[in-house]
Amino acid sequence: MTGVLIVTVLLGPLAATCAGLTLRSHARLRDVVTLAGLSAAAAASIALLFAIRDEGTYVLRIGDWNPELGIVLVADMFAALVLPVAMVIILIVELFAIGQRRTAWGANPELTGPLLGVLTAGVALSILTGDLFTLFVAFELMLVSSYVLLTHQGGREQIRSGMTYVVMNLFASTLFLFGIAFVYAATGTVNMALLADRLPELDRAVQLGIGAWFLVVFGTKAAIFPLFSWLPDSYPTAPTTITAVFAGLLTKIGMYVLIRFHNLIAADELGPVIVMIAAVTMIVGAFGALAQSDVKRILSFHVISQIGYMLAGLGLFTTAGTTAAILFLVHHMPVKTVLFLVGGLIENEQGTSDLERSGGLMTRSPLLALFFAIPALSLAGLPPFSGFVAKLGVISAAFDADSALIVTVALVGGALTLLSMTKIWSGVFWGSPPDDLDRVPASRSNMRLMRSATGLATGVTIVVSIFAGSIMDMSARAADELQNPASYIEAVLG
Amino acid sequence: MTIGLLIAVGALTSVGVFLITARSLSRIILGFALLGHAVVLALVAAGGEAGEPPLANRVSAETIANPVPQALALTAIVISFGLTLFLLALARRQQELTGDDLVEDDLEDLRVAQ
Repeated sequence: MTGVLIVTVLLGPLAATCAGLTLRSHARLRDVVTLAGLSAAAAASIALLFAIRDEGTYVLRIGDWNPELGIVLVADMFAALVLPVAMVIILIVELFAIGQRRTAWGANPELTGPLLGVLTAGVALSILTGDLFTLFVAFELMLVSSYVLLTHQGGREQIRSGMTYVVMNLFASTLFLFGIAFVYAATGTVNMALLADRLPELDRAVQLGIGAWFLVVFGTKAAIFPLFSWLPDSYPTAPTTITAVFAGLLTKIGMYVLIRFHNLIAADELGPVIVMIAAVTMIVGAFGALAQSDVKRILSFHVISQIGYMLAGLGLFTTAGTTAAILFLVHHMPVKTVLFLVGGLIENEQGTSDLERSGGLMTRSPLLALFFAIPALSLAGLPPFSGFVAKLGVISAAFDADSALIVTVALVGGALTLLSMTKIWSGVFWGSPPDDLDRVPASRSNMRLMRSATGLATGVTIVVSIFAGSIMDMSARAADELQNPASYIEAVLG
Repeated sequence: MTIGLLIAVGALTSVGVFLITARSLSRIILGFALLGHAVVLALVAAGGEAGEPPLANRVSAETIANPVPQALALTAIVISFGLTLFLLALARRQQELTGDDLVEDDLEDLRVAQ
């Protein structure tokens, strides 16, 4: 039964893609099919979460091959916790995209739906995979669809920023393959469980070298300092829906893999380096956001700043730190997505997301103000929202590990985040509307669809806040499993 | 044999990295093609000693080359081939839009420089 759920999560979106591509001329039918495929994946992933919570790690050997040779998919607590959040987010964004695509800001509907299906399958596979090479293939699946999503409009701006994005990511993928070659030469396997089993026999320097190499590889995908330069330039130029998926998911998958891999190989000595990188990432992202005057650009820099918090949790290499990092990941994905969706609605309302040319949305659209306020406060880490619990987790874990640096930087970063959220608030929602408002006419039903998608996403962030307690428990269990990989190894090889 | 492979990997990587730091997209594409070859050779070298072709029921298990890295290399070749085509399409589009295939300045970098 659990195996069926895993297969549904992976194949549902791909089936929707195939159907969507053959139904190019039937817009409505295509939308329904895409939504059905993504809903199936979301429902299966939620069921999987409960199954794994009750029954423990489940291992699916594809074709029943020996894990030394074949592909294994492993659903442990960590994977089962992150998977439903990712799937639900993609489903909501697709709903928003269906509303937005008929406006001037929307992406090409014939392509977005099917490509989101491929991206979803890539995301699910990279969460579930149990070996490094399948992870590489999953990353490529995800990245190739993201390249096309970013550049398919073919405007000068998109090509310019898309080029940076593609070249950076291709280079990181090349380094990833080199890393796989090194790992195979050193251990004779790419399976993560076998790797964790055999790595301790190697020279410690070789182990740390592998850890450092993959820190660069996954760090580029996660946009940590100093490897983030591709992000703030490429994200804001894409259509909102696409930026929302990228910001909510792609960098977070890089982070997910970092947390999994570096705990598995127990790269504790890299901890101080990771903590330093995390501190700089937090501060650079927060200051970068303050210097911007466009809603989407501010939000893009915040993606970087928040990655710093997760990295700090990882760099402590304690169970509390890893718990906080996982909780932050789960809190951050929906929050960031809503903020970008609201950014898209702002663009629709007034034709621009530039702060200097906007204002007065508070009176014209109070609902939008509410949709912005909830995730913005959560992002800044104010109670009672999920951001508070997540930030508190990071800070208290840093306290326990005597890391004064992280405590200070995390608090300062929180204040700076609040400051730039205030900047958006006063620029967009307060004041009087600009005179030269070139509104993009969106039909009433499209607007309603986009609003309800944003409302749903806001709902997800509230659900995460309400169930923060039980998510915390599951994060703690996941962190415990990651810190003591014996049970993971036993489940995969046994 | 393996030393030869490693020297080839090193040479291809250095030329590839040199090319992708260039400004013109056609050079970057050539750079990625060379890096792709370097990675494939590295994967093959990771497989250990050379041996007979890994064909089922034809050769004995003791004398064959390790088939796993070869399978990985094959996948890597297919992916890098597809991505090279995508980069070529991007370069073509860039040329249509601007008349050349130079990578344009990063807006954020320009703002910081000002």
